[in-house]
Amino acid sequence: MSDALHNFWLILSKPDNVPIVLMIILVVFYCWLAYKQARRNDRLGIFEATQSDKVQVWPYLVKIEFLVTIIVLIVLTVWAITINAPLEEAANPTLTPNPSKAPWYFLGLQEMLVYFDPWIAGVMLPTFIIVGLILVPYVDPNPKGNGYYTFKERPFAIATFAIGFLILWVLLIVLGTFMRGPGWYYFWPWEFWDTHRVVALTNIDIWEGLFGIPSKNVDGSFNLLQVALGGILVIGFLVALPMWIWKKYKEKSPVLRQMGALKFGMTAVLFLMMAGLPIKMFLRLAFNIKYIWVFGIGHDLFFNI
Amino acid sequence: MALKLPFVPPKPPPMEKMKKDITQSEAWKSIFRHSYQDNQRNRALQIVDNVFLHLHPVRVPRHATNYSFTWGMGGITFLLFIHLTVTGIILMFWYRPTEAFAFQDMKALMNDVAFGPLLRNLHRWAAHSMVITVMLHMFRVFLTGSYKPPRQFNWGVGVILLLLTFLLSFTGYLLPWDQLSIWAVTVGTNMARSVPLQGSEGPFSNYLGLRPDNDIRFILLGGTQVGEPTLLRFYVGHCIFLPFIAATLMAVHFWRVRKDGGISGPVMNTKASEGAKYIAEKMATKRIAQIKGAPANGNGTAAPVKAPAAPKPAAAPVTAAPSAGAAPAPPPTAGGAKAPPPWLKK
Repeated sequence: MSDALHNFWLILSKPDNVPIVLMIILVVFYCWLAYKQARRNDRLGIFEATQSDKVQVWPYLVKIEFLVTIIVLIVLTVWAITINAPLEEAANPTLTPNPSKAPWYFLGLQEMLVYFDPWIAGVMLPTFIIVGLILVPYVDPNPKGNGYYTFKERPFAIATFAIGFLILWVLLIVLGTFMRGPGWYYFWPWEFWDTHRVVALTNIDIWEGLFGIPSKNVDGSFNLLQVALGGILVIGFLVALPMWIWKKYKEKSPVLRQMGALKFGMTAVLFLMMAGLPIKMFLRLAFNIKYIWVFGIGHDLFFNI
Repeated sequence: MALKLPFVPPKPPPMEKMKKDITQSEAWKSIFRHSYQDNQRNRALQIVDNVFLHLHPVRVPRHATNYSFTWGMGGITFLLFIHLTVTGIILMFWYRPTEAFAFQDMKALMNDVAFGPLLRNLHRWAAHSMVITVMLHMFRVFLTGSYKPPRQFNWGVGVILLLLTFLLSFTGYLLPWDQLSIWAVTVGTNMARSVPLQGSEGPFSNYLGLRPDNDIRFILLGGTQVGEPTLLRFYVGHCIFLPFIAATLMAVHFWRVRKDGGISGPVMNTKASEGAKYIAEKMATKRIAQIKGAPANGNGTAAPVKAPAAPKPAAAPVTAAPSAGAAPAPPPTAGGAKAPPPWLKK
């Protein structure tokens, strides 16, 4: 036990993992800071800034910038004196280390590769993250909460972004760094990173698990029943569900009416794609579900979702 | 009969005289365009007359100096970018981006070069820190809703800058040319195989005849695996191409911050200001009531401050007048004034 924890400490204190420890501390601190201010504003309310309530940049802002500059440079210098940047063996293309990991800030994306095919997890989803982020201001219909911390005035936006950033980005980076060992297998902190660990492949496609409907026939062709069921589930989730919500609530909800069909559609599809990641992760981790839709067109367009 | 002494002007002390001679000289005045005497005008000139400080406006809302509100993450990111540029330029003197020399130069830097390890450590830790601060900056901007109109475009610029920060860090990751770097970059660039219509293992690759030696990954790496051409590409990208784009977009980003009205947001409300507002409201009510010759009555507190001098022309009873509207006024409460906010209760 203590040996294993020692092993975990070695991983934790690896020079390149120090920034992640720093990130955890900073994220927790700033979440607390934001929460404190949001709670205060939600209780006491806010009022508009007036033109007269201004201070001169020199010295009131420059002073703070100067102080922060000094603190940041001191921290960096102390850090640089005490901890050396890693330099391993010379590059050797014939010797693959196990585990092979991307730089730490991409480990959330690398983690997604466990749950989806590379062209989805490694290409489409990152693209959607960037596009979705750029679209945020154009699809957010809520005029409130501009320029102050609040939760009450925009609970959906704050909750979505907080979950996306804190869980689907930061937490996955932390797990990918500290818990993913050789073979990208999951290791608890008290487990030794065993390079020779063998894990039985017990993952099963959902329809086979539920109803015994295999994804492929004996001759290798797609089982059409599975294709239909999976297609209904996936397309239903990403297309029919937003359409149904739009039909049902566009009369009742002023928010939906204000957004219009196009903005609502984009928002809903991007949101559901984001929600799809934790759903798939849950299905995999809890029920060993491999795919919920196995389908291909021609030789190489595969929807293994 | 008074003794008349000749007037001898007091001699200025030598330090004062020297100071005056220096600050009145032509050379000094050509460099410093205003005096340092503390007054509003000089404080403004301090910002406006300085090429670096003039990124700022002369005056900012008070909450822009509240660290709890701003977190300072955007500024720290910019500081780290400058820091990385400076350390990076010095590192370039010690590094050759070729298979034969790259790793050897790193070894030399860590063992032989004076302050080499410090220089490299500063660069690496600042790079990691910049990724963290730029993420936190985005988090803060989202939480305060600062992407909302009129700042939508600048949020988009910020997202591209976030992406560029990742790419800058990623390209720099390869340069030490050790096992850590080439395999991390191999894992990262393997994703390019799967790009639809462009990667050799992506959708439609068979129809388009894409192979490992003619797809987008090949263009990115300059080969079928991470090798010397990759090193050169990533080196040029890291040192010149990406910083150039990032610096350009940063200029746009900062300029738009100013053009979109500076830092976002209304002033945070405080207990004190809320209490003051409440008391002002109460006093106004009292005065209106006095003018009308009726006792101060709580009923009128609905909107007394906003329309104090607009009594209803109709012959409505005085007590009900300020509540206006067609609905009959509710009966006056026993205590008179509106119930005070919870924080003013004893």
